Amino acid sequence: MTAFFKRLALLLVTMLLVTALAFAAFTVIPADPTASILGMNATEEQIAALRAKLGLDLPLWQRYTTWLTDFVRGNFGTSYRFSMPVEDLLRPRVEATLALTGLSFLLIVAVSLPLGLLAAHKEDGLLDRLVTVCGQVTMSIPNFILGIGVIWLFALILGVFQQKYVPPEDGLWAHIRYLLFPALAVALPKTAMTVRLLRGSVLGELRQDYVRTAYSKGNAPRAVLVFHVLRNAMIPVVTFLAMTIPDIMAASIVIEQLFGIPGLGQMLISSIGNRDYPVVQAIVVIAAFVVVACSFLADLLYRLMDPRIGGR
Amino acid sequence: MMLEVENLSVVFRDRRPPLTAVDGVSFQMGEGELLGLAGESGSGKSRTAHAILGLLPAAAEVSGGVRFQGRDLLTMSSVERRQVQGKDISIVFQEPMTSLNPTMRVGRQVEDALRVHTKMAAPERKTRALEAMELAGLPDPERVYRAWPHELSGGMRQRAMIASALVLRPRLLIADEPTTALDVTVQAKILDTLREINRKEGTAILLISHDLLVIRNLCTRVAVMKDGRIVESGPVDQVFQSPREDYTKLLIASRPTRKKLQGGGSHG
Repeated sequence: MTAFFKRLALLLVTMLLVTALAFAAFTVIPADPTASILGMNATEEQIAALRAKLGLDLPLWQRYTTWLTDFVRGNFGTSYRFSMPVEDLLRPRVEATLALTGLSFLLIVAVSLPLGLLAAHKEDGLLDRLVTVCGQVTMSIPNFILGIGVIWLFALILGVFQQKYVPPEDGLWAHIRYLLFPALAVALPKTAMTVRLLRGSVLGELRQDYVRTAYSKGNAPRAVLVFHVLRNAMIPVVTFLAMTIPDIMAASIVIEQLFGIPGLGQMLISSIGNRDYPVVQAIVVIAAFVVVACSFLADLLYRLMDPRIGGR
Repeated sequence: MMLEVENLSVVFRDRRPPLTAVDGVSFQMGEGELLGLAGESGSGKSRTAHAILGLLPAAAEVSGGVRFQGRDLLTMSSVERRQVQGKDISIVFQEPMTSLNPTMRVGRQVEDALRVHTKMAAPERKTRALEAMELAGLPDPERVYRAWPHELSGGMRQRAMIASALVLRPRLLIADEPTTALDVTVQAKILDTLREINRKEGTAILLISHDLLVIRNLCTRVAVMKDGRIVESGPVDQVFQSPREDYTKLLIASRPTRKKLQGGGSHG
């Protein structure tokens, strides 16, 4: 239990550090939001007045503590550019990105677990070799090229994909159906990696003594695989999957641009360009939280799955 | 005869040159008999045992005959053989540390053969598992049933292995160096337990060991293996007192007796 609270404290410290660093980073890049709010022809007085109003004339540490206390109270601030609460601005975008990330993750799990098991079950069989070759290819191609490939194949050649974003308001199924294609581009490389990892992990476990014990009890090869090997082989895979969620989210942010999905990625880039600090800061918090929470989750799952570690 | 091994050979064709691990081994075992298979490491005694149960890797080429209760285990299909494994013939391995599944509770592993061979419901499986654990000399079976393997000592793990092998009351138990990884006091107790099982359940035991004293402690007959062949066999006392082969004499002498440890004996 103390280990749990230690991890929790570490999580909070990490979040503090990341947000502070993000805050400091803005003082390094030139120009400030007044230029994008007031335009090029603003007078000195106008700029000074606005800076005072936004609190930009205060020293950095004071601005950070103000932001932090507001944030802890649940106030994310107001977007300079859109003059609306950051929360309302980001909510639909977070939903879009999370939908794409979640769908990609599900694809990875649903495809790689059976494939990895089958490839290991018939080592060096046709499926094993096919999976290895496909894996090498998809792993060595960047996501956005894969995205272009997906558009080319499904929209232009097969014609099963209409390249116009469907928001969830227009029907959940249509929304998911649209997201399936960008999710494919996000998921392919990670799927290949997961298959390889699981295959190797299963093959390693199959060489263990307890497998021979299982066979000596009259277990059929499939029962040995499912009842005895699977849990042991999944320990590194589950950890990998949890740690990979931030990567999937990062890849989603890239793929969003390609498929015209109004998610966090588009928002982040335009907000940095316009020095819309409250928006950028909120996105940084979300991203940092995902990374830290996933490593927390990986650790937790590892402890749950391996009884040799769980006790400590 | 319950078990008839005839001219059994095991060749590994994937080695260069091909390795003959077992070379024409023949022996027989009656119901409830205690037979020892002795020999130094690499003599083929473990390979012989694994060949009987069909546990050798795919690269091993097995020839000859292994008849158990009149049926040839080598020629039957893998489905038929699985019906014998863990039900009529069980095996206990040398390494209790690695032979148990680290992420499965001990109770479930003891029950494994029940899950494979019977349609028993969970509560009945547990009752049978607890019985087997008691028979294997495990103290506090209820607690051990819920324990993870890493929570047990080496001796307890080996007893859990024995319990899992006995849960269906097989006619033949193969014990492959069951005490080698354990310290001497635990060794003696495990051998006592095996003797008890033989007496109570009438289970025949094929004990494989490099240690002739361990075999003498439990078995009535012994077969001595060298380079994949049986070089000498007979009643344990006879082989011990007047070994015909120099190799057997060496095996007997290589065991440090109390006398030698105290510095009073001859060299060996």
